[in-house]
Amino acid sequence: MSLRTSRTARAGQYAALLGYLVFLAFPFLWLISTAFKPARELGSLHPTWIPENPTLDNFRKAFDEQPLLQAAANSLIAALCAAFIAVLVATPTAYVMARRRSRLSTAATGWVVISQAFPLVLLIIPLFLILKNLHLINTLWGLIMVYTVWALPFALWMLVGYVRAVPAELEEAASVDGAGRLRTLVSVTAPLLAPGIVATALFAFITAWNELFFALVLLKTPEKQTLPVVLTHFIGAEGAADLGPLAAAAFLATLPSLVVFAIIQRRITGGMLAGAVKS
Amino acid sequence: MTQGGEFVTLASATVRSERHGPPGSPQDKRSRPVNRNAGTWFLVLPALIPILILSVGPLLYGIALAFTDAQSGRTRSTQWVGGLNFQDLLHDTLFWDSFRIGLVWAFGVTVPQFVLALGLALLLNQKLRMRWLARALAIIPWAMPEVVVGLMWRLVYNPDAGVLNETIRDLGLGDGRDWLTGLATALPAVIVVGIWAGMPQTTVALLAGLQNTPHELHEAAALDGAGAWRRFRTVTWPVLRPVALSITALNFIWNFNSFALVYVLTNGGPGGRTRLPMLFAYEEAFHYGQFGYAAAMGCVMVTVISVILAVYLAGRLRGGEDR
Repeated sequence: MSLRTSRTARAGQYAALLGYLVFLAFPFLWLISTAFKPARELGSLHPTWIPENPTLDNFRKAFDEQPLLQAAANSLIAALCAAFIAVLVATPTAYVMARRRSRLSTAATGWVVISQAFPLVLLIIPLFLILKNLHLINTLWGLIMVYTVWALPFALWMLVGYVRAVPAELEEAASVDGAGRLRTLVSVTAPLLAPGIVATALFAFITAWNELFFALVLLKTPEKQTLPVVLTHFIGAEGAADLGPLAAAAFLATLPSLVVFAIIQRRITGGMLAGAVKS
Repeated sequence: MTQGGEFVTLASATVRSERHGPPGSPQDKRSRPVNRNAGTWFLVLPALIPILILSVGPLLYGIALAFTDAQSGRTRSTQWVGGLNFQDLLHDTLFWDSFRIGLVWAFGVTVPQFVLALGLALLLNQKLRMRWLARALAIIPWAMPEVVVGLMWRLVYNPDAGVLNETIRDLGLGDGRDWLTGLATALPAVIVVGIWAGMPQTTVALLAGLQNTPHELHEAAALDGAGAWRRFRTVTWPVLRPVALSITALNFIWNFNSFALVYVLTNGGPGGRTRLPMLFAYEEAFHYGQFGYAAAMGCVMVTVISVILAVYLAGRLRGGEDR
């Protein structure tokens, strides 16, 4: 840093940063701590940060109380299918939209923004009626359809940004060098685009994995429900909850998204910004 | 295989057309043969048709439902009732209570979140030692399912076994309270969670904006004797303004329309003090089966939010021209 910063200013900056660290970290650390506490410690009026007798009981109880594995499997299927279909369908479209600016790409970008403004009730009531007529209520297929379409605008937006980041000159150069059309696409464009496609798919995956509202409305029976819906069952009818299993289940549900997110975080922000800045 | 072939043809056709002139230039348009356009549509349709059928269509359908007496599980046919739902809404004090709560929540989350995120972004833009840790931590709220964020904060707010009350007791500030069920504390408590949950997106967007600020300008301003605040106001802020404008607008909409977080935290309680419009509409539609009425609520929400945003954006944009 070439600007000189006074020592007091530096100290202030570190104090502020520390404040942020505490604010960002403490709920998560508390979640982990609660997940490993035996029931006796959870009942105590003076909870401690570090469990005195750490235990895995809560995890066992969580699996006993709710069909967590089934729910995780449902979530996994719904999120994987939605991400895969969305990217498969969106990639060619995004390629066309990025390589030639047209009213269509402007309209699609506009739709991404506008679709964010609509409250989901306006969408879910008609979707509920449509899926009911198709006998797709309480099926994962109905949910996958909804998730795919919900992911499409954003996938398009991110992918357009990624395609624009691949210089068209590279493709031209390859074809000037005598590479065929297929070869240009496979050996020049695809490798450069692949990380972006993966990031988009993972983003769509996480969005679906985390989604509650659609799943809550569309899935009725416990064996069909996704993880977020089943997690809400840990809050008792009167809001009273068995804290230990609740914490354990919540902790487990976060791990997959945390891992995926840690891998793609940079790409996501890059892609979103590329889509935002260049459109 | 056919589809793959088409894709390749189109891709290279596009590459060739780029050579004739920059995309969008008149020259480009004239040199584009009609059959290539047909290919473009072929590629665009697989994404466009589902969006139209399952997103644009239902939205229009939803707006239409607002003018009917549609109910769930009813055998007789749905009738047009014109503006009746909207008339009823006008007199529904519970809805307007919930609307007001939605606005308080949306402002209460968006504004402090922006200020905090801006502070964090400015810090992360400095060369500080714990920067990597803050960046890593900032991912956590982003990656967490909203349901988990809600459950987690229920643990934090728990009156007996929660860390918040324990900290208050440790500091000798009293016994703490039951934050999520107290009439006065419930809304502020969920607002804090909202701020926490949305920090990363806002911070990352602002950080990206900050990294577009030319460093030389900063140095020049510093050499001219400008203090930190003046440097921020004259160098950083003008560059950051468009990002700040769009991120706050988007956050406001998202927050106003949010559901999962508060559904898990309080489910609208106590006594409706945290019943956001989306929670209200959800209950109306899927507990009481009043589809038409709930759709009308959705329409009112969109309309009012659009007006607020239009005023905000118009005002802010004009403010920019004055400079």
